[in-house]
Amino acid sequence: MAYDKFNVLKSTAVPMPIENVDTDQIIPARFLKATERKGFGDNLFRDWRYNPDNTPKEHFVLNNPIYSGKILVGGKNFGSGSSREHAAWAVYDYGFRCVVSSFFADIFRNNCLNVGVLPVQVSPEYLQQIFSAIEADPNTQLEVNLPEQTITICSTGDQESFAINGYKKENMLNGFDDIDYLLNLKEKIKGFAENTPL
Amino acid sequence: MSKTLFAKVWDSHVVQKIEDGPDVLFIDRHLVHEVTSPVAFLGLKNRNIKVLYPERTFATADHNTPTLNQHLPVEDPLSAKQLQALEDNAQEHNIPYWGLGHEKNGIVHVIGPENGITLPGATIVCGDSHTSTHGAFGAIAFGIGTSEVEMVLSSQCIMQPKPKSMRITINGKLNPAVTPKDVALYIISRLSTSGATGYFVEYAGEVFRNMSMEGRMTVCNLSIEMGARGGMIAPDEKTFEYIKGREFAPKGEAWNETMKYWQTLKTDKGAVFDKEIEFQGEDIEPMITYGTNPGMGVGISNGIPSAKDVEGGVDTFKKSLAYMDFKEGEDMLGKKIDFVFLGSCTNGRIEDFRAFASLVKGHKKAAHVTAWLVPGSHKVEEAIEEEGILDILQEAGFELREPGCSACLAMNDDKIPAGKYAVSTSNRNFEGRQGPGARTLLASPLVAAAAAITGKVTDPRELLQTQTV
Repeated sequence: MAYDKFNVLKSTAVPMPIENVDTDQIIPARFLKATERKGFGDNLFRDWRYNPDNTPKEHFVLNNPIYSGKILVGGKNFGSGSSREHAAWAVYDYGFRCVVSSFFADIFRNNCLNVGVLPVQVSPEYLQQIFSAIEADPNTQLEVNLPEQTITICSTGDQESFAINGYKKENMLNGFDDIDYLLNLKEKIKGFAENTPL
Repeated sequence: MSKTLFAKVWDSHVVQKIEDGPDVLFIDRHLVHEVTSPVAFLGLKNRNIKVLYPERTFATADHNTPTLNQHLPVEDPLSAKQLQALEDNAQEHNIPYWGLGHEKNGIVHVIGPENGITLPGATIVCGDSHTSTHGAFGAIAFGIGTSEVEMVLSSQCIMQPKPKSMRITINGKLNPAVTPKDVALYIISRLSTSGATGYFVEYAGEVFRNMSMEGRMTVCNLSIEMGARGGMIAPDEKTFEYIKGREFAPKGEAWNETMKYWQTLKTDKGAVFDKEIEFQGEDIEPMITYGTNPGMGVGISNGIPSAKDVEGGVDTFKKSLAYMDFKEGEDMLGKKIDFVFLGSCTNGRIEDFRAFASLVKGHKKAAHVTAWLVPGSHKVEEAIEEEGILDILQEAGFELREPGCSACLAMNDDKIPAGKYAVSTSNRNFEGRQGPGARTLLASPLVAAAAAITGKVTDPRELLQTQTV
């Protein structure tokens, strides 16, 4: 599915200094019944965000008006658990274009890259610097530069590089889609299938 | 050159290597269920293309299905719509579909092996992280997202960077009442939920060699819970014996040919892994989790650790215990529980029901405990009846429900109420996993059975001892 191109993103960020945030928290299973990719942002972090009577939980960061932005900053091992791509859809649909953490679960990372959310893995020390900067000033801006593969805390100038493979980087920069690539390999794949018994 | 089992299977499926990018990996068999597929099929429709190899694709309904009265129309309109979408998509693309009521219906990771779809040396994917289950046969099997489901439907390929390799070796013997589930929970408790992220694991050593195929499935199933993309065990005579004669397995001359290949599927002597880990079988006792991720597990006779003794974030640990309403240092034994769930792709096979029945035989379910016993498939359900297990269960006050994922992820009505404690044989104890506010203690079928009888966390070894006396 096509998504917005990603180049340089400068934005404030929403801090979530919790470790092992799993995809059941990002989007609980009972919201996976849709047959279209629509409206998942409403249920992002549903049970952390709302009480059982659907009133907002005051202390949850997404309900705190002093924090906003297109970047979500999470603790170590972000996105563990279920393979549900709905988690990445919910993150995107809510308005985030980038998730920063010191460690990502594999499937969530792949899912993000496939739907146009850039996962930026930083060192634990740098992650702490980001959290501290936002704590000191919620209006702290982060700049995520995909062509240069850097992330910068604008107020301090502290910068770190992040890794992404060249193929995925091109895809994100141009909004390219893996399926177009694969469809062009069809003849080669057919040859391969003929030699691979069921 | 010496190669690992993983590298042998992976390398033989690479259609194309992308420079500074992922491998294009050919997928032998693709399993599809109702929850993670509709948007992928929609993608195909928008491109106006068909499924490339429907004969390599198999669809079942499991995540969203009721476990009572499956003969009636599905009551929840959203669930009904999702199930209908899968049926329509399967029909449109000529994919075999085993929906509600079909004799082959069941949890996708139970019916794959049952029907001979899961084979050694194959690449198998499904839009579900517990696809790692199929690695028990020496397959490379892993969970994928919906964009990737669309890739496989349209091209029978997926783009994946090759993971690093890890071998976990456990030698020695397992103690009484220690099951494959305990072995897996033990490993995860030692490695943490992210300890194997980025790796594909091979399980090796005496403990896994001695395990049944179903036990191996339980272990491989839980590979994802330590972050690994998948886990695999080299096929042996047990594997071949299990597969022989199953519907989608090779037959006759094809079987003989395939066997020649399958017998080469093991890690060569001298092959190097990126990481090696060893444990000793005797060190493992029946396990139970106390927190909100599967790595938060202890031997059942141990207490809950203190935050200061736990690696990682103290705040996260405390948040987890607060959700469970447990305190540091408390004993797990004796904690009152409200629900017991036997089932899921982790522990919903016939051996799990045999184990559960062996312990409840001659006892009665505790009056205050609600027990949901959900077979992994209709075939498991049939075996429960044929082997007389149903009689034992009914005599002890238990009822059997119909197959499905059920309370493992609580997408259907099988939700543990807020604040209640469930001893569950499933795979995840995340906050709200089994229903909003539900509190999950992951354990083996034996520990679940002991809890169901006594109404509290109980060491199954105590009950087994009483039985022999």
